Amino acid sequence: MDREALSERLLRFSDIRAASGAEKAMRRELRRMLADKVELRTDALGNLIARQPAEGRPRLRVMVDAHMDEVSLMVVGHAADGTLLIGGVGGFDARLLPGLSVVVGEGEAALPGVIGIKPIHLADDWKSATPMRRLRVDIGAGKKDEAQRLAPLGTRIYFPTRSERMGARLTGKAFDDRVGCTILATLLLEGPWPVELYGLFSAQEEVGARGAQVAAQTLQPDVAFVLEGTIADDLPREEERSPTTIVGRGPALSIFDRRAATPAPLLRFAIEVAEAGGIPFQLKRPQASGTNASRIHSAGIGIPTLTISMPSRYIHSPVALVDPDDLLHTYRLMASILRVITPAVVQP
Amino acid sequence: METTALLRQLSEAVGPPGYEAPVAELIERLWRPYVDELRRDPLGNLIARRRGSGAEPRPVLLLAAHMDEIALLVSGYAEAYGHGYLRIEPIGGIDRRVLLGQRVWVHPRDGEPLPGLIATPPPHILSQSERKKVPPWDHLFIDPGLPIEQLEARVRIGDPITFRADYLELKNRRVAGKAFDNRVSVAVVTLALAALLERTHAWDIVAVATVQEEVGLYGATTAAYGVAPTAAVALDGTFARQHDVGEDEAVALDGGPAIGVGPNFHPYLVDRLKEVAEHHEIAHQIEAIPRGSGTDAWAIQVSREGIPTALLSVPMRYMHQPVELLSLRDVERAARLLTEFIADLRADERPVWEDEHGS
Repeated sequence: MDREALSERLLRFSDIRAASGAEKAMRRELRRMLADKVELRTDALGNLIARQPAEGRPRLRVMVDAHMDEVSLMVVGHAADGTLLIGGVGGFDARLLPGLSVVVGEGEAALPGVIGIKPIHLADDWKSATPMRRLRVDIGAGKKDEAQRLAPLGTRIYFPTRSERMGARLTGKAFDDRVGCTILATLLLEGPWPVELYGLFSAQEEVGARGAQVAAQTLQPDVAFVLEGTIADDLPREEERSPTTIVGRGPALSIFDRRAATPAPLLRFAIEVAEAGGIPFQLKRPQASGTNASRIHSAGIGIPTLTISMPSRYIHSPVALVDPDDLLHTYRLMASILRVITPAVVQP
Repeated sequence: METTALLRQLSEAVGPPGYEAPVAELIERLWRPYVDELRRDPLGNLIARRRGSGAEPRPVLLLAAHMDEIALLVSGYAEAYGHGYLRIEPIGGIDRRVLLGQRVWVHPRDGEPLPGLIATPPPHILSQSERKKVPPWDHLFIDPGLPIEQLEARVRIGDPITFRADYLELKNRRVAGKAFDNRVSVAVVTLALAALLERTHAWDIVAVATVQEEVGLYGATTAAYGVAPTAAVALDGTFARQHDVGEDEAVALDGGPAIGVGPNFHPYLVDRLKEVAEHHEIAHQIEAIPRGSGTDAWAIQVSREGIPTALLSVPMRYMHQPVELLSLRDVERAARLLTEFIADLRADERPVWEDEHGS
């Protein structure tokens, strides 16, 4: 597997529009890629679950998770002047949205729109972020009924970004978690592995890890790995402070985030695999953010779970940034883990 | 010429204040078929003359549409973990509230433009109060995705940066994009010049794509001096009503071009514009401007011995944001009004004060 192929796959996934609870465009793309290779099913939450039998006698039942959904907005009302009132599906930086263009709806019916605010010349306050309840999406509709017809309540709104290569990096929307989807799809295409592999393309991570919870309860694997895109806060700063992750320094292993602790033997194993393979890695700063591991590790009688993340600057924005080397090294680490993991790693 | 294709080209062109050469080249290509002379003045104004049919010496009508756009400037470098960033400063009235999530082009003095992203520290490492504040300039960077050494080799302090915003066709012939302020007026002048090919007009028309409006109306100042016109019409965008801007502050989107009324404008020209609009049934509106108009009209009016000046504006939402929004119908109405106004000027006509009539 090479860096270019992974990059191309990520750029393609990035442009697909799949909001929490409306992940069908990602499912369709993944089915197209994987249907000939693995057994696929969709569950009640919209998770797409792939099963790949082991090469030889399975050592373990392993689940690898990557979520399909991206942060998005939803039409929650219509103003008299034909503009749209919006709500966030997932978490938004309150400072981000003004001045952006968006896409309202999916497929053929999708419409361009913009989020404009009061011009700076007329604004009383130009230092505060404008709260979402005061923002509107303008699609050019002149009246309320026209807006209602063009963008009914519940219509999903996406960042319109087309992903691309920029300098030494990749930029696009939804890298959280299309980076994970890229690695997981590639693992399934390159399999089988010496373990029975469940590839969980999960739904609804951005609204509370709800897809992963249900899938973990159903599948009850021996061990789980969560592949994520995570915050890279490695920007220039006045004071020295340890960043959550740094772009270009390899996959980030979670020790302990806000909602899950990694079992020490599992973390130690992953570090040993990385070191043995000469794969660069970093430890994610503890206490930062949460992932699907929050629901998986405590599902059923409990599932040992490790989150492996690719650092992403400007996450949850139309222009996230990742390093293609981090993508490659995450793939190599995950593949090595699947090759050498044994029941001893997860035995209590 | 299709209005939307014209405006798209103009919107996408690059022309920060003081760095207008790329957009000036485009406008020169657009205007060349319609004019008799084209020249640049020392500040970079693009000055085009279309001769009238009257006997010499002919009166001259100056049309001023600024071609510069608000932009950013590279003010320094920053480095973290080997990654390179550019520090930035505004050129013109940049709105810091709309910078996050934007793509930009950095324009090195030599070499290809460099793509970049506007960067700022993410919310989770900020204090609760900082998370609700627009980032200050020292927390804003450009991230071009390059190691610091490569960045320093390619970009210099002072290189300009422009927004990279798509031109969007919305519903009801409304469109959104960057730099509509004031490329829309360049489009209006272009459409009017094209229409005048089929018309006769007594006055000379001198169309100027002015420079450096956004930083102090400097282009209009020298253009008015150099051209020494009989009268002038400045063209610009003005505030249109939007969800958070009401009737007290703005004109109607899709209500037609706005004719400025106030001390900046000669009543004779205001009345003539209104009269022509009414005669030809062109939708228009009056914009009351009690003080300075903040447009090229402000500089032109006090050039030389004083120049009778009017202002024609296209209503625009979200001004100075990368998603400026306007109606193509208003653009076409403005062009029609300007064309008819020019065709209607008589060879012996001069702007006069009401109390001078018959004296």
